Amino acid sequence: MLSLERRANPSQFWLWFTPVLAVILTMVAGGLLFALLGSNPFTVIRTIFWDPLAGTNASYFRAQLFIKAAPLILIAVGLAMGFRAGIWNIGAEGQYIMGAIIGASVGLAFFPTENRLIFPLMVAAGAFGGWAWAMIPAILKTKFNTNEILVSLMLVYVAQAILAKASFSFLRNPDGMGFPGSRNFSTYPAARNLDLIERSGFHWGAVAALGVAVAAYVLLTRHGIGFRIRLAGQAPRAARFHGVSPTRLVIFCLGFAGALAGLAGIFEASGPSGQITENFATGYGFTAIIVAFLGRLNPLGIIFAGLLMALTYVGGSLAESRLNLPAASIQVFQGMLLFFLLGVDMLTNYRIRYGAARVKGAGA
Amino acid sequence: MTAGSDELLRLEGLTRAYPGVIANSDVSFTIREGEIHALLGENGAGKSTLVKMIYGLVRPDQGRMTLRGAPYAPARPAEARRLGVAMVFQHFSLFEALSVAENVALGMENPPAMKALAARIREVSEAYGLPLDPGRNIGDLSAGERQRVEIIRCLLQDPKLLIMDEPTSVLTPQEVEILFKTLRQLAAAGTSILYISHKLEEIRALCDEATILRRGRVVATCTPRERSAREMAELMVGASLAVPARRPQTRGEIALEVTGLSLASPIPFGTALKEVGFSLRKGEVLGIAGVAGNGQDELLLALSGELPAPAGAIRLAGRPIGGLGPAGRRRSGLVAAPEDRYGHAAAPDMSLVDNAWLTASIRMGLADRGFIRRAKTREFTEEVIRDYDVRTPGPDVAARALSGGNLQKFLMGRELKQGADVIVINQPTWGVDAAAASAIRQKILDCAGQGAAVVVISQDLDELMEIADTFAVLNLGRLSAPRPVEGLSTEEIGLMMGGAHGMEEAHHAG
Repeated sequence: MLSLERRANPSQFWLWFTPVLAVILTMVAGGLLFALLGSNPFTVIRTIFWDPLAGTNASYFRAQLFIKAAPLILIAVGLAMGFRAGIWNIGAEGQYIMGAIIGASVGLAFFPTENRLIFPLMVAAGAFGGWAWAMIPAILKTKFNTNEILVSLMLVYVAQAILAKASFSFLRNPDGMGFPGSRNFSTYPAARNLDLIERSGFHWGAVAALGVAVAAYVLLTRHGIGFRIRLAGQAPRAARFHGVSPTRLVIFCLGFAGALAGLAGIFEASGPSGQITENFATGYGFTAIIVAFLGRLNPLGIIFAGLLMALTYVGGSLAESRLNLPAASIQVFQGMLLFFLLGVDMLTNYRIRYGAARVKGAGA
Repeated sequence: MTAGSDELLRLEGLTRAYPGVIANSDVSFTIREGEIHALLGENGAGKSTLVKMIYGLVRPDQGRMTLRGAPYAPARPAEARRLGVAMVFQHFSLFEALSVAENVALGMENPPAMKALAARIREVSEAYGLPLDPGRNIGDLSAGERQRVEIIRCLLQDPKLLIMDEPTSVLTPQEVEILFKTLRQLAAAGTSILYISHKLEEIRALCDEATILRRGRVVATCTPRERSAREMAELMVGASLAVPARRPQTRGEIALEVTGLSLASPIPFGTALKEVGFSLRKGEVLGIAGVAGNGQDELLLALSGELPAPAGAIRLAGRPIGGLGPAGRRRSGLVAAPEDRYGHAAAPDMSLVDNAWLTASIRMGLADRGFIRRAKTREFTEEVIRDYDVRTPGPDVAARALSGGNLQKFLMGRELKQGADVIVINQPTWGVDAAAASAIRQKILDCAGQGAAVVVISQDLDELMEIADTFAVLNLGRLSAPRPVEGLSTEEIGLMMGGAHGMEEAHHAG
């Protein structure tokens, strides 16, 4: 009989190996799925995981990889800080949208002025927009003890409505001949989020993502704020005993995640997307939740998780177009990744025993 | 000890290892029918593991057990219970919002109808002199009454062997007497009892046989009545014990003053504090007794700063600190040690280094512009481990990997080493063995000797008598006027605690 035994200390090996195992299991189970759909599983897996990196036209796909990974990493790092503290911000998608709208509005307000300060100002406004949108669930939680999961999620739909309004009316391109969508930033050099190296996909958002991930890692492991975040998540009573103010923690964690989601939004709007349209939001804010967990809620792990998730996106759409696979099968494949990750997660704190149940751990 | 007809449980060569530590090595002894058998040992001596093996929570790596001559190897507690082995844990597992009968039913595999069960509970409780109303909610019961629920839950299964882990730690002297009468009655009726305790006088008063464990091995078996408590303690520790040395009486100026402190409890089913007031001088130890649930936790929260109070209600050397949170109070010179080690005083999944930083960061200068000074924190952690004889593989293990007593030593060291002016401790030696408890008490007295004012909240009256200068009782959230310890008798204190309330008739059937 199989049974689980709690480890006295979490296993460092499994902490880092479970994501790898989850990817391997996803490849096996996904391969079976693709085989059932009548495709050669090896071809599909190679198309998803290998062709975007080294296949034909790989340089284009590699650029796509950075473009997709940067917002995922930015948002996931912010979310992970909150998740570590037990604060469940599910509404990053809304904060991402509001960051893009506010940031873009600031940029477009200056059109066609050319000034070096416009882009930094837009970025700051984007971060502010996301932060402000996240403050709604934060303040409602601290003042009225509402559930931040529900409030932040519902605000996504509000943000989507505002996005539609923005692209159809107040941000609509006056020179756009009545088409919905804002002026394109590619036509406005001062506000443009350019690739730092031509066609690499490595724009300012990628720089910010890497910088923020490293800074968040240092904050989390070396600084008192990070200590309080970890403590509040693991042992809430010990956190109060330490002197953590739950109100300040909620404000900080939601605000931090909101600001980063807002940053991701404005980098996207001023760079790869180029404009605000009603189809601007493509679910980065939700996918980032998976990325945060895939990266073990560790900012450095999230860098790899973000790149991996971007790979399944890019590779997935490649498989979709080249191999004629249904889009739903790719989504199932991504879902499997989270499923296996959470499934094998218990190996970090438990060991599998063959024999009778031993529920209790080491005592003396 | 040859196999006789009156032999109930025989352990032969039981061995159980965990990664890095051998909890039990070649443990053998026998429990006879109707015998009250004591299991004695320091924390980390392997008592819990041994008991868990008997109760089916842990399987031995080697060795075997026989119950009434038949091989006995329970894979699960349910199997152990079916074969007649029951256990009352140190920490109760009861749902406060449910009634006594409902709680008992939850622990049964096939509970009978509620009415029949209630009648059965009443019957058993009367028979053993443990009156209990099956319809009452657990939340309204005292610790002693809750323990009765646990005991009756076991007795309903008609056990052959009843294991009791530290049963008296939450009881008043009067409640202890009632429990002992019940246990003697059970033994006389043929039930064997395996009794785990650190209180050696109790074991001498109650037990027929004692098995003493040290570092996972049986070091002695003896008849407790024929040995002195000191002799047994020394067998257990393997060294001679020091009685805490009292320092000369020096009273400084007032360090802590609490006036008219009334606070609602943040804990469900908690007790509000009502007009609590006392003052404490430098070098003084105030002992606060009381049955659990009379406001001890709330008083600690109010003093540690976790529960905000009116600024003027708590003064530190004249300065109002009631409005400060835990960090502000530490900075002002007050440190506190809560009772619950796992989750309140310490974060169980964090390392000892992190747990040291948890309270010592401010006073020990372990932070630099908010950044954790890792080398210095580690140094402080190692110092605590060394000075308080904490048995741990190292400072990086998770707090939950330490045995209760060892973690308590660590947590006491963490607070006492900070050089605070006022130290507040709730249950300094709960679940800690005799040697470690006496070491902790000595350290508390040393701190007082260096001028710290100490508030010790404890349910162990002997402990308070040993270290306190003044004594007060917390009852239903009210604190009695502190009195000097000298001249107080244990009986007098027990009555002050209200523990005798309603207890006189408790044993009319026994």
